[in-house]
Amino acid sequence: MKRVTFGHSWLPYFFVLPQIAIVVVFFYWPAGEAVRSSFFLEDPFGFGSTFVGLDNYAAALTQAEYQRVARFTVWFTLLVTFFSLAIALVLAVKADEILRGAKTYRTLLMWVYAVAPPVAGLLGILLFDQHVGPLVDVAAWFGWQMRVGVNYWDTAFAMVVVSVWKQIPVNFIFFLSGLQGIPHSVREAAVIDCKSGLRRFWTVTFPLLAPTGFFLLIINITYALFDTFGVIDLMTKNEPANNPVTLVYKVFLDGFRGNDLGGSSAQSVILMVLVFILTVVQFRLIERRVHYT
Amino acid sequence: MIRQLFAAALLLSTSATAWAETRIEFWHAMGGRLGEVVNEIAQNFNASQDEVELTPVFKGTYEETLTAGIAAFRAGEQPHILQVFDAGAATIIGARGAVVPVEDLLKEAGAGFDINDYISGVRYFYADSSGKMIGMPFNSSAPIMYYNKAALEKAGVEPPKTWEEFEQIAPKLKEAGYVALAQSHLPWIFTENFMSRHNLQFATNNNGYDGAADTRLLVNNDALKNHFRKLLEWQEKGWFQFYGAAWADNQTPFEQEKVAIWLGSSGSFGGLSQSVDFEFGADYLPYWQSVIEEGKQTFIGGAALFAMSGKSEAENRAVASFFEYLTSPEVQYLWHRETGYVPITQAAYELAREDGHYERVPAAEVGIKQLNLPAGEWTKGYRMGFYVQIRDVMNREYGKIFSGQTTVDDAFETIEEEGNKLLDRFARTAS
Repeated sequence: MKRVTFGHSWLPYFFVLPQIAIVVVFFYWPAGEAVRSSFFLEDPFGFGSTFVGLDNYAAALTQAEYQRVARFTVWFTLLVTFFSLAIALVLAVKADEILRGAKTYRTLLMWVYAVAPPVAGLLGILLFDQHVGPLVDVAAWFGWQMRVGVNYWDTAFAMVVVSVWKQIPVNFIFFLSGLQGIPHSVREAAVIDCKSGLRRFWTVTFPLLAPTGFFLLIINITYALFDTFGVIDLMTKNEPANNPVTLVYKVFLDGFRGNDLGGSSAQSVILMVLVFILTVVQFRLIERRVHYT
Repeated sequence: MIRQLFAAALLLSTSATAWAETRIEFWHAMGGRLGEVVNEIAQNFNASQDEVELTPVFKGTYEETLTAGIAAFRAGEQPHILQVFDAGAATIIGARGAVVPVEDLLKEAGAGFDINDYISGVRYFYADSSGKMIGMPFNSSAPIMYYNKAALEKAGVEPPKTWEEFEQIAPKLKEAGYVALAQSHLPWIFTENFMSRHNLQFATNNNGYDGAADTRLLVNNDALKNHFRKLLEWQEKGWFQFYGAAWADNQTPFEQEKVAIWLGSSGSFGGLSQSVDFEFGADYLPYWQSVIEEGKQTFIGGAALFAMSGKSEAENRAVASFFEYLTSPEVQYLWHRETGYVPITQAAYELAREDGHYERVPAAEVGIKQLNLPAGEWTKGYRMGFYVQIRDVMNREYGKIFSGQTTVDDAFETIEEEGNKLLDRFARTAS
């Protein structure tokens, strides 16, 4: 085979330049700016700033509210990731088994994907509204006086439900295509070897789905940590008050609502470090167990 | 003849160049019906003269508008006029050089300025410690009490003047099938204005007006804590219900006739008149007679207009001419009538009275009358930095009180502790 070579060594750099420029301008530069301003206390209008060393970090980490937000973020991420993956997997496996009317069924499951996040948040607010929400009425039948916006845990529950609901279709699509990528011959061989459908699933299908699963795991953790911003923003109705919020939403609150640029920057640097650690852990520990075919 | 016409045309064209329109931009946070009235005022202003072209731009909530203004200022793209709400006053006034004080602006433009033209309740809230007006009070409101007339009649009670009276009538309202009381903004109604209504000091350093350094919150006091203990007790008895920190969540049950008495803003009047079809009345915010014999005036809520610095002289003059137009009695009366916000000048108030507005809708006068009640030592306002976050801390702790996650004592200790930390942080930014 003939290898294509370019005469000028600068040409490939030239082609990737726009990409690099975008990354530098929209990621490295702001990130560097965040690190810099995390060491300062700054007047919002930019008239004066004082170097305060690590004070902003200390102020954030020792704050009881920050710790509560961090704890909530961990639980929220675990719950949203687990339920949106688990429910989507069950739905995908069931959809995969269906032969008649499969297309209609799949389309019905997928259409939620087309709902824009703010719309999902708005629907969530309406469904869980204290005064008119139908889900609140449903909960009342079971003796649960659900008070979203007043009770911390009720609000957290509503946020998890809306976030999971929004994410299931994405996971469903990926799981379904992953399942359909498993060769028929392998499945047939498994049927001969083992009668129990559940066991076949765990020993054959599930490991073969691992690459898809790993990809989705990362996507879903990122989703729960960052992309649920819109849902939280709408469900707190511009009043954080005693409502649960995630770390990234707290960065927004302190920076954009409260105009505390230094404090907000320090929090976003902490978040950057956490995400970096999380990425390393995911790729070092979990990916090793995943076999790509 | 032709020559004369030609000369006239030439004269017209030169004068048109000399009087070219100055374009000014006005960023505000007035959505819904309020935004419509702002646009109407802007249109009328533009039609009333041809030197200045004003463009109002809606920027979202109060917080979003302030943040947008700050970001624009840092980029050198600030609007000419920025609407900033009460809680953001310290941020913008503390940043020396971000704004042209409205008093200077009007005097330099030769428009004349006398602080005594303004009603007493609005004079000093947006002023500096020497009493110079920095921001032009625009949509000024007071927290007042609205009540469902039919509900009170059914229970056979009169609207309460004091909280002691409220305790007398609440059981009867409950018997009549109502939640007696709800309110829409705990930090504003039951903290800031609780302090002014009872003439209590809100913060050290003259409520914060004398400088940011070492300003301390003074909310951890018995009068305020007892009030919250009472609220908690009333909640248990079914007399008071807390529907969360969002404004509308507490207004809705009043509109649905589940709640008999609702504490809201005098600026809610316009919207409420449109949204409900039952008769409602309004009266002053109740006070505790055990704390003060006669309740004092309250702080103004709402927002003020600030002339941003860094603009040309012609543009500043244009802003001054708009402010002059805006404070004219006719425009103030229009704003007052359509929105329920109080008229900010005595002249506008008198015009509304002469026109018989308050005979037609007595409830519309409650806000301005409350702002004109006798003043006390601690009723002119407060000035604290990072106050948006301090309000958020209050809202969080109050939410915890009413959902049983904390006690009144712990909550107020936390508010003072975290609030004072925020005040310290703010003092260090303004170096």
